[in-house]
Amino acid sequence: MNDHIRPALASLGLMILLTGLAYPLAVTGAGQALFPEEAHASLIRQGDRIIGSALVGQAFAAPHHLHPRPSAVDYDAAAAGASNLGPTSAALLAEQAARAEAFRAATGAARVPVDAVTASGSGLDPHISPQNAAAQAARIAAARGAPEAEVRRLIAAHVEPRWLGLFGEPRVNVLRVNLALDAAFPLAPTAPANEG
Amino acid sequence: MPSSYLVLILYCAVTVGLAWLLAGYMHRVFTGRRVWPSPLIGPLERACLAAAGPAAARPQGWAAYGAAVLAFNLAGFLFLYAVLRLQGVLPWNPQGIAPMPPDLAFNTAVSFVTNTNWQAYSGEVQLSHLAQMVGLTVQNFVSAATGMAVAVAVIRGFVARGDGRVGNFWTDMVRAVLYVLLPISVLVALALVWQGVPQTLGGAVRAVTLEGAEQIIAQGPAASQVAIKQLGTNGGGFFGVNSAHPLENPTILSNMVQSVLILLIPVAFCFLFGRMVGDRRQGWAIFAAMGVLFVAGLVLIHGIEQAGNPMLAEAAGVTGPNMEGKEVRFGATLSALWAQATTAASNGSVNAMHDSFMPLSGLVMLLNMQVGEVIFGGVGAGLYGMLLYVVLAVFLAGLMVGRTPEYLGKKIEGREVTLAVLAFLSMPLGILVFSALSAVVPAGLAAVQDAGPHGLSEILYAYSSATGNNGSAFAGFGAAAPFHTTLQGLAMLLGRYAIIIPMLAIAGSLAMKRPAPATAGTFPTHGPLFVTLLVITVLILGALTFFPALVLGPIAEHVSMLGGQSF
Repeated sequence: MNDHIRPALASLGLMILLTGLAYPLAVTGAGQALFPEEAHASLIRQGDRIIGSALVGQAFAAPHHLHPRPSAVDYDAAAAGASNLGPTSAALLAEQAARAEAFRAATGAARVPVDAVTASGSGLDPHISPQNAAAQAARIAAARGAPEAEVRRLIAAHVEPRWLGLFGEPRVNVLRVNLALDAAFPLAPTAPANEG
Repeated sequence: MPSSYLVLILYCAVTVGLAWLLAGYMHRVFTGRRVWPSPLIGPLERACLAAAGPAAARPQGWAAYGAAVLAFNLAGFLFLYAVLRLQGVLPWNPQGIAPMPPDLAFNTAVSFVTNTNWQAYSGEVQLSHLAQMVGLTVQNFVSAATGMAVAVAVIRGFVARGDGRVGNFWTDMVRAVLYVLLPISVLVALALVWQGVPQTLGGAVRAVTLEGAEQIIAQGPAASQVAIKQLGTNGGGFFGVNSAHPLENPTILSNMVQSVLILLIPVAFCFLFGRMVGDRRQGWAIFAAMGVLFVAGLVLIHGIEQAGNPMLAEAAGVTGPNMEGKEVRFGATLSALWAQATTAASNGSVNAMHDSFMPLSGLVMLLNMQVGEVIFGGVGAGLYGMLLYVVLAVFLAGLMVGRTPEYLGKKIEGREVTLAVLAFLSMPLGILVFSALSAVVPAGLAAVQDAGPHGLSEILYAYSSATGNNGSAFAGFGAAAPFHTTLQGLAMLLGRYAIIIPMLAIAGSLAMKRPAPATAGTFPTHGPLFVTLLVITVLILGALTFFPALVLGPIAEHVSMLGGQSF
C-alpha cells in the first residue's frame, strides 16, 4: 500500500490544481471576455435597475401582464424546485383542477393548455406555450385598453420557433413579452404598474 | 409526433458518429501513441507522472491496479469531505454558506468519488463556490477518469497473452483527464457560457421585477461544472434542479449538446473495446446489445410521456403531454430523451423531474439502473459492467452446448464465473435489501413523500440510483435525513467497488491465460445470435431479480391509475 500513497497524493494534488482551479478559472476568464452578458446570467436592465434575467422566469399576477406557468417555489431563483408529485397524487390532481378552473375563469378559454396547469421542473420556467399566451390576449388587452388584435400580433411576434424547425417546442418568453407590452401599450398614469 | 421520432433518430446518429470518432482517438491515447494535441498536453502528462514517482511507470497486475484505485479514491474522499466540512471558513463563499453536517458531507463525498453524484443537498443553497470547484469539479474529472481507467485495464485483461499485466492506473487516469475529459470540457463549457450558462465568482444578483417584487437570482461558476458533469456521466448539477434550471440549460442547443455528452464516452467505449481487442465486430456486438435495450426504453418513455396523464384529463379536462415537472422549451420529447439517456448511462443529471413522470416511464428508468447501468452505463463502468454479463452469457451458452466457454480466445472458468456472480449480487443487495430496510424502519419511511405505490417507487428509485451509481432521484424523496444519507452512502460504495474489484480480478485471471486459436467449435461472439443471448441474459438476470418489487411499485401505480384511483 505504501507504494500507492505518494502517487495518490501527488496525483490528487495536481488534479486539484488543474481541474479544480486552473480549469474553472480559465473558463471564467475566457467566458467573461468572450460573452460578458451571458457569463453573468443574461441580466435585463432598465437604467440602473435590474429587472431580471432573460433566461429566468418570474411571477406576474397583474391582469395587464402575461402570466407564467404555476411554480412550486413561486419563482424563487435562489432556491429552485418542483412539486415532485407523482401522476396519481390526489393533492396534485386537485391543485391542477383548481388551476384549470382559474384559467378558464380569467381567460374564458374553452381549452386549457397543459402548461397552464402544470408546474415546471425548475419552478423558473421562463416560457409558456403559444396557446397559453394567446388565450391571455383578451384579458391583457382589456386591462390596458388596447386593441386585442394588436396584443395578439405582439404576442405572435414573440413566438420562438423550434430550433432548426425540429428540436424543442415553440414557446413565448413571458418577461420579454411583458417588456414589449409595457413599451407598446403603456398603462394610463392612474393605474400604477407596481400594483398586482 | 412523427417529427419527434426524427429528433430521436438524429440524436442517436450524431451521438454514435461522434463516439465512433472519439473511440479512435481514445485508442491512440490509451495505447500511448501520439495524438494531435500531444505537443501541448505531452509535457503536462510527463510532469504529472514524474510527480507521481516511479510507481506511475511500472506495469501493474490486477491487485496492484485495484489498490491504486482504492488509494486514489480514498485520498479524494478525505479531501472532499474536509472541504465540505470547512467551506464556511474557506474563501469564495460570497453567500456565507455554512459547513455541511457530517452525515451529509459523508454522503456527498462518497457520491462524487463514486461517480454517482447523488445530491441530498441543493447546490445553490448549501455549497460555496470553492466547494463546487475545488471539491466537486475535481471529483467529476477524476471519478470519471477512474471508471475509464478501470475499463481500459479490464479490456487489457482480455487481450493480455499470459503475463498477468493490466496496465498502470496512474498513467491511465492522468491520460483520461488530460487528453479526453479536460479538452472536451473546456470547449463545451465555453459553448455553454455562449448559450447563457453563468460563469462568475460573484454572488447572487438582486432583481426588482416589473411588478415591483424582489427576485434573488443565484449564479456562480456553473458552466465549467456543467460541462464535465455531462461528459463524465457524473450528473451532479450546479443548481439543485440540475439541467431543468434555466441557467444550467438555457436553450434547446445547450440541451442537445448536454444530451449528446451524456452518452458520448459510454458509446465510444464499445468501439474502443473492439479496437483494443483487435476485432471491431466484438465492439459492434456489445454496442448492438446495449443499443437494442436503449432504443426500446426510449420509445417507451417517449410514447408514454407524449400520451399524458389520463387522470389529469379526468380531473381537470386538460389534455396534452405530461408536463408536470417539465420545461416548456424541452417539451415531452426532449425530456423523455434525456430521462432515458441519463438513467441508461448512469449520468443522473435531469432536465425534468423524474418523480412526476408517468408510472411506466418510471418503470423503464428503474430497470435501466437496476440491470446494473450496463445500457452504455457510466464512462468505463458501463463497459466493464456489460463484460460481467458477457462472462455470464458465454457461461450459459457453454452450459447449453456442454463445452468450456470461451470469449476472445480466453477460457471462462469457475473463477471468472464466481467473481462475476459475486459482482452481480451487489445490485440486489444494495437495491432490494436496502429498500426493504427503508420500507420497514420508521426513520426510512419518513422520507417518503407520495402515498400509495408511488411511495415505494420513490424508495426503490433512491436505492437503485445509489447502487447503480446513477445519481438521479425521485426528488420528492427526503434523502437528506441521516438514515438515508448513511445508507445511501453505503449503497454507492457497494455499487462502485463491489463491482470494480471483482471485475479487475476477472481481468487479472484472464490476463494470466494465453489466448487459444478459434476452432470450428468456438461460439462466435460477434453475430446476432450472441447479441440476442446477451440481451436475454441482461433481461433475465437483471430484470427478473427486481420484477416482484416493480410490480408493487410502478406497475401497481399504473393499474391504479387506469382504474381512476388516486392517492
